[in-house]
Amino acid sequence: MATSVSVETLNPKVLRCEYAVRGEIAIHAQHLLQQLERQPGSLPFDEVLFCNIGNPQSFGLKPITFFREVLALCDHPNLLDQEETKSLFSTDAITRAKKILARIPGRATGAYSHSQGIKGLRDEIAAGIASRDGFPANADDIFLTNGASPGVHMMMQLLIRNGRDGIMCPIPQYSLYSASIALHGGALVPYYLDESSGWGLEISELKRQLEDARSKGIAVRALVVSILEILLGRLVSMFSFVLKKDPVSKREIRCNSLRSEKELKKVYQENIYVTNKKFNSFKKIVRSMGYNGDDLRLVSFQSVSKGYYGECGKRGGYMEVTGFSTTVREQLYKIASVNLCSNITGQILSSLVMNPPKAGDASYDLYEAEKDSILESLARRAKAMAFAFNGIDGITCNKTEGAMYLFPRIHLPQKAIETASAVNKAPDVFYARRLLDTTGIVVTPGSGFGQVAGTWHLRFTILPPEEKIPSIISRFREFHEEFMAQYRD
Amino acid sequence: MQMLNAIIRSDRDGILVPVPQYPLYSAAISLFGGSLVPYYLEEEANWGLDFANIRQTVTEARSKGITVRAMVIINPGNPTGQCLSEGTIRELLSFCYRENLVLLADEVYQQNIYQDERPFISARKVLFDMGPPTSREVQLVSFHTVSKGYWGECGQRGGYFEMTNLPPKTVDEIYKVASIALSPNVPGQIFMGLMVNPPKPGDISYMKYAAESKAILESLRRRAHIMTDGFNNCRNVVCNFTEGAMYSFPQIRLPQRAIDAAQSAGKAADVFYCLKLLEATGISTVPGSGFGQKEGVFHLRTTILPAEEDMPAIMSSFKKFNDSFMDQYDGYGGGGSSYSRM
Repeated sequence: MATSVSVETLNPKVLRCEYAVRGEIAIHAQHLLQQLERQPGSLPFDEVLFCNIGNPQSFGLKPITFFREVLALCDHPNLLDQEETKSLFSTDAITRAKKILARIPGRATGAYSHSQGIKGLRDEIAAGIASRDGFPANADDIFLTNGASPGVHMMMQLLIRNGRDGIMCPIPQYSLYSASIALHGGALVPYYLDESSGWGLEISELKRQLEDARSKGIAVRALVVSILEILLGRLVSMFSFVLKKDPVSKREIRCNSLRSEKELKKVYQENIYVTNKKFNSFKKIVRSMGYNGDDLRLVSFQSVSKGYYGECGKRGGYMEVTGFSTTVREQLYKIASVNLCSNITGQILSSLVMNPPKAGDASYDLYEAEKDSILESLARRAKAMAFAFNGIDGITCNKTEGAMYLFPRIHLPQKAIETASAVNKAPDVFYARRLLDTTGIVVTPGSGFGQVAGTWHLRFTILPPEEKIPSIISRFREFHEEFMAQYRD
Repeated sequence: MQMLNAIIRSDRDGILVPVPQYPLYSAAISLFGGSLVPYYLEEEANWGLDFANIRQTVTEARSKGITVRAMVIINPGNPTGQCLSEGTIRELLSFCYRENLVLLADEVYQQNIYQDERPFISARKVLFDMGPPTSREVQLVSFHTVSKGYWGECGQRGGYFEMTNLPPKTVDEIYKVASIALSPNVPGQIFMGLMVNPPKPGDISYMKYAAESKAILESLRRRAHIMTDGFNNCRNVVCNFTEGAMYSFPQIRLPQRAIDAAQSAGKAADVFYCLKLLEATGISTVPGSGFGQKEGVFHLRTTILPAEEDMPAIMSSFKKFNDSFMDQYDGYGGGGSSYSRM
């Protein structure tokens, strides 16, 4: 009997989409991990080192004490009535938990909430945004989501009508965007960041790609920007570029507007490692230039998965949606409501991240100490790894000013490229697979993020524990030198 | 949603969905650009399935160029609450086998059963009991959640789906899409683990756990009865018993004058009734049109979740409103026995 559901009869958009971060290399790494567990010693390495995913707590990052205390108390409110609790939990965590529960209908973290998230928590987040940026934020503009990704998907779903709707994405990009665009049947319009100037953004490149897309009949609907790839100066000129692009049309998205919306991913706002630069949210810059809500449709995404808190597994985050009309917002709300609401633990965490302990609070000193220690360690690791990569022949690596990754470029010899081609693999996938099989180090090949044609990269996280970094570098260096010797032209 | 997105290629792909249905299905099918092929549950037969009717529906859809890909079954039903017998599930599986459909078995209310004649039996168990070739060929996806049952942890967003007889390459594609979301939230996963593996006799927490869960389920069963009887006690209202799930779905036989008034107000008749009910009593319900119903037949969905001690007052408040509504719009006052059925 012919099967109803098989690869031949699946949705072609599903077949087309790719997500390299958990792709071929990551899958193979899981097999090797299981093999090591079943037969220790059967591989040329004794541990698999996952340097492919920004998953800090899996590498031993400890969660922020204050955050976990509040979550525990909220999930088991009986604790708040017990005497012993005062000796186990800090007083401000107890106060905060009570305050949060008072804002949840029925004080139940197990109940569905409003589809945009609990109102009281959104109020706190809006206040946190306002105090960070110096410009007001509105709780009604906030949609709490399971991580930042669902917000991105919602926007893609809203914006992409067919294959001729294009979304501009930076290359390299976090593969969520390409995957989401493919899943929703749209067109990805790439704009290339300039590796030689530290992954800088050139406005001329944006313009060129925009014109090119339009000449092919693509209606460019939105521009994706990942804040840490932009320096302040370039940001300002890019913004002017966006405003001047088109005759200003005040019509709705659904009525075929020509205006480009902006989607901005800011999830790494707390991971800044260079002292001369500070995080400035896109919205802050836009408002400080004098542009109010109506001038620009801006969606900003944040997540609890990164920063110094690294609570990836809780799936918390939000998007702040400004500049859209009420009718469009109703549609967005409608889509959000199909999934009822995001998980409450994640919602609470988002409110804690945007309103952490302040000077004078009982937990403040510990909180600051934990936070500083984590960020300083990440900065050291970022520096050490970039420096080490640059010291290896055939590898160049831009410093990372923020986030959790390095993106070294591997200058592969022609022979390696040909060998890869012969086995039908992209050269960086071929390299990454060899690296994994030889050393147990798991990275994500650059092809998953996009790169200038003919260049090859690997995405390496800076998350392994500091003590392990020297041995990772030396194992990598040894492998690389052997690989290059084998495929030398 | 992941499964429907994987299956639906275009608007020529049809998904069989029960009417009345939980509107996630209609919303998802619409979002993914497919076609909803409705099959009507028979209210007079306790919301049962009529296979002759279903076969007819499939034939008609095919004649319009629709490829029917999958069949959704909700057991216990939402909003209807009916629990399927083993025989019915077997018939369903044979039907899917013959018609080459993947069965999507929404079994999220499997722990909310309020009668003893038809305890819950999973589609998967029945499938395997049927033996080959059916057990090897029929494709089945079964859904569960931590949101219902006696634990009701809706806010945690925990759940799972289990695939049976889907080819490995298809599973890989589904895995690929799942991996874009990285992972489900860990607390939800933990809750899931606890739900399927709760304290056992002898465990320290067992007594407390057993007492808590039993009390909740027994209370829900009593509330199911209170509500059903309360509705059936009202003029022009007939209500099937809530055999499972969490809802009551009474049929309101609206007089023609009420239907006309609704039309003048620009509202569907059941929306009109529910708005009036809300304004008069503060009772917020969902009009039956949200779930689908036969033409000219009206319902509302209410949950059976209000506290047991509040139930009598709620039902009497409803009765008072309904009496005055019927007085207003049903010219014959006292017409029709409140127990008459369609």
